[in-house]
Amino acid sequence: MSLEEFKNRNVGEQSYRMLDLEHTPETGLGKFGQVAKRTVKGELFVGLWVTLREMKNALFGGKMHTIKYPLEKLPISPRYRAIHDMLRLLESGHYRCIGCGLCEKICISDCIKMDTRYDENQRKEVSEYTINFGRCIFCGYCAEVCPELAIVHGGRYETASEQRASFSLFEDMLTPIDALKQQKEFDGFGAVSPNADENIKKTPLAY
Amino acid sequence: MSNEITIKIDGIEYKTQEGEYILNAARANDIFIPAICYLTRCSPTLACRICLVEADGKRVYACNAKAKDGMEVTTTTEEILEERRAIMEVYDVNHPLQCGVCDQSGECELQNYTLELGVDSQSYMIPDTKRETIEWSSILHYDAGLCIVCERCTTVCKDMMGDSAIKTGPRGGEKLGKEQKSLMPKDAYAMWNKLQKSVIVPSNGTDQTNCSDCGECIAVCPVGALVSKDFVYTTNAWELKRVPATCAHCSSGCQIYYETKHTSIEDKTEKIYRVTNEWNYVSLCGAGRFGYDFENRVEGKDKEAFDRAVEALKKADTIKFNSVITNEEALMLQTLKDEFGKKLVNSDAYAFQQFLRAYSKPAGQILYGSDFKEIMKTDFVISVGASLRNDNPNARYAFNNIQKMNKGSGLYFHPIADSLISDMGKNIVTFAHKVGQEEAVLYLILDLFADKSKLAEDTIDYINSFHSTKTVIVKEKVMKSITETVTDKATGESKEITKKVPEMVEKEVEVDVNELVTLVGGDSKFADTFTKIMKKKETFSLIIGEDLYYHPKAKNLANLVALIETSCNMKVAMIPPKTNSLGVALICELDESEDGYVVGYNEIGDFEISALGSGDFDIPAMNQQEGTLTNMNKRVTPTNSALEYKGYELNDLMKSLGCNQDLTIDWTPLLASKRGFISANFDDLPNGYTNSGEENRGYALENLMKRDSDFEVNKFDDSIVLDGEIAYRCNPQRQFNDFTDKTHQIFESFSLYASPSKAKALGDKVEVNFGKESMVLGVVADDRMGGDIVSIPDFKSDKDVYSLFGRDRYKIVTIKKV
Repeated sequence: MSLEEFKNRNVGEQSYRMLDLEHTPETGLGKFGQVAKRTVKGELFVGLWVTLREMKNALFGGKMHTIKYPLEKLPISPRYRAIHDMLRLLESGHYRCIGCGLCEKICISDCIKMDTRYDENQRKEVSEYTINFGRCIFCGYCAEVCPELAIVHGGRYETASEQRASFSLFEDMLTPIDALKQQKEFDGFGAVSPNADENIKKTPLAY
Repeated sequence: MSNEITIKIDGIEYKTQEGEYILNAARANDIFIPAICYLTRCSPTLACRICLVEADGKRVYACNAKAKDGMEVTTTTEEILEERRAIMEVYDVNHPLQCGVCDQSGECELQNYTLELGVDSQSYMIPDTKRETIEWSSILHYDAGLCIVCERCTTVCKDMMGDSAIKTGPRGGEKLGKEQKSLMPKDAYAMWNKLQKSVIVPSNGTDQTNCSDCGECIAVCPVGALVSKDFVYTTNAWELKRVPATCAHCSSGCQIYYETKHTSIEDKTEKIYRVTNEWNYVSLCGAGRFGYDFENRVEGKDKEAFDRAVEALKKADTIKFNSVITNEEALMLQTLKDEFGKKLVNSDAYAFQQFLRAYSKPAGQILYGSDFKEIMKTDFVISVGASLRNDNPNARYAFNNIQKMNKGSGLYFHPIADSLISDMGKNIVTFAHKVGQEEAVLYLILDLFADKSKLAEDTIDYINSFHSTKTVIVKEKVMKSITETVTDKATGESKEITKKVPEMVEKEVEVDVNELVTLVGGDSKFADTFTKIMKKKETFSLIIGEDLYYHPKAKNLANLVALIETSCNMKVAMIPPKTNSLGVALICELDESEDGYVVGYNEIGDFEISALGSGDFDIPAMNQQEGTLTNMNKRVTPTNSALEYKGYELNDLMKSLGCNQDLTIDWTPLLASKRGFISANFDDLPNGYTNSGEENRGYALENLMKRDSDFEVNKFDDSIVLDGEIAYRCNPQRQFNDFTDKTHQIFESFSLYASPSKAKALGDKVEVNFGKESMVLGVVADDRMGGDIVSIPDFKSDKDVYSLFGRDRYKIVTIKKV
């Protein structure tokens, strides 16, 4: 059908076809007869078919489609940008953050602050680290700029809390040391590309 | 000496001075030539070799090759780029990849040049050597791992500061294979060969530097190898706000940047993290660089204290202040004198003002004729009456720089021997004369340098009266001819042979004996030494120090200085005693003594207005206020507030006393009512340097000319020579006033300083008796000092050392052990 035909509003010129419908019953008996006929015919189950199939799968096939939120949560895309996680090094368990300050610098809503110091092991220690989640717009720049993939976006999307402070300290975001084995490598925004190895020029080493 | 020439750089003609290095000529004309190890005002090190250019077809190092008229310079060719890239690759070999935590935080020349030259892969390798991080002193933190051994730190320490406290030492690294030589460009190989052998070490053989802790090595470090101990890993450079200011500690008035950031996550108040400088053009001392946390923190405006302060000012007969004060504040105080007849007392500026006035009449100008920038360009420098190491860092740097850069010579006249000065160069003669003989010293200078036709008959006669001739027997080596007859054994022929044989002959020679030299403590060989150090010297300069202002014969000395300036073709500059003594001397009419009710302005008094936080009424410290300072280079330079100040300032008091200037800086243009100053708005004053190193800060004072009648110089007075136990009013290095004392990184104590032998004799603690009063002080040995004179600091105003010394800088005291 071309556009012109649609625009033609002179009813009668088009090739309309009348549907072959039954007459609507007018008497009480006639109406009863129509209901009885439709009931016996089983048209309802045509509509219910999908529902029933899924019910069977859920109840007997173990393919449940809903979860018991908040006791259960659905997995979320790695590209989703929720409350930050601070990751640890898998080998030593030490936090990955080196205190370079790039996340603090790049943060467009200026909500990341850190204090650093020279520690006893001649290393830069992050003595204090906060994110103000009242200001954070979850743009993901911090995770992208982080050279160590130490700050990443995690899956905690429930940002309602009695206190914002419950998210904003380093320790709260840091992988608990006993959950180190469950720590997942981040493959979202800012993560190393899968073919990174191919793009590296190797530096010769004299050892 | 300076002739303008034209050189072509990359095909375009530029004007420059003859004898200028190609690199400096290029920089002055905004042309980029990469260079890592070169420092303006210091000698070329030739460590990095990256400034390679082609001049008239030959490869030269731009930092080391002088521009010649008509020279054609090419800054980049294929070959040069290849060489430079190889050099940067070598620097990157084994350089720790810790840029993320490094304190240079991106302001790194290694990073910049690596990127500039497009180094994206590495072709060289060598096993790494473990290099330890060492704390050289309580200030200096050296991470040898990050060091690229460009030697900028050692160069600046030697050529500018004069401490020569660090040098290159063995690295213990793997030797470079010979086969490498054929595999890489030759300059890169030479640079690598040297790099692989050295690290920086303290030059005294220990792992602790013995220096003035100026931290200039930190400033010049192109990478993060040298950092101050307190700054390590505390903040990134980009977090810091840079506030251009003028250092408030001594009369050098160096341009500095206060770099501020919030204190911590909990504490949002601004804090100064460090002080940086334009190290190519100005060198700081330890006080300037590390003495920055002297701010006066107040909670808010204290109305009651304000009312009391107004009452006190109304009631005051005398206002006692010191020269750690801006020109604007000085003008306000002078207004109080003009309007209400208050007496103004300033111990450090008064003597200087008197001296300047005495000098200005015969000299025909209100200020000394030259400045320390000019002096730095001369090749013969004399210092009289200044303890150069302690009084003024920039005067000392100038003295040192002349020795190192201009192949210069120097004469140093001071009663206290100082080994730092004699270590600065071979052509320095030091005189440890007796206290009170400064007049004789100036006569000696007249004798040695004056154009006798410009001197009065009497003066010439007087000077000549010290000369006598003496016949001395000198032994001389003479070549004598001896004729011998030698018989040849083989042929039996005899021959006459003439030989020349050296022989010592005694000879009588008439020698001129200069009594003046002996008088000021010079040795008998001075005449010979003097002819030696005078060779090829063309420009002369004289530094006048504080001793002369506090001299009983100050007036005669001022006349002599003026006479030297007019008759000796010598550049003369004076060291103002404290921060803004010169400004105060020009702005205020000072009174000799205090009386009645005294309001102390950063000084002790019946009512104390103080920026130290201990007084009755708080005012902002120098890093919390705007204003101008007059420095020893006769410049009025602006300073800015780096930190917030919540309380009242002097201008608020002035407002309630009826002087209606809205802001403190509204007083800046009013300075024009004083001699030398011009009417300029504070906000129009620049504060920086141009690429060619020209100082573009504030404005220069006008040195008004005023010819006066003839004047006479008096003969010197031997009766004022001091003998006995002498105390000298002199601060240790890095301490200048209460404010430096307040800062946490300056810890030179308020003690008696003496040479090691004297300190040993005195013990740990002594009581110094000044006649009427006495004070108990700890004893500190200063291994640079020599002789028996002891130094007593004046940096604490509550000790009132000025009144103990009176109008003198040297005092006879009795010292006994406690």
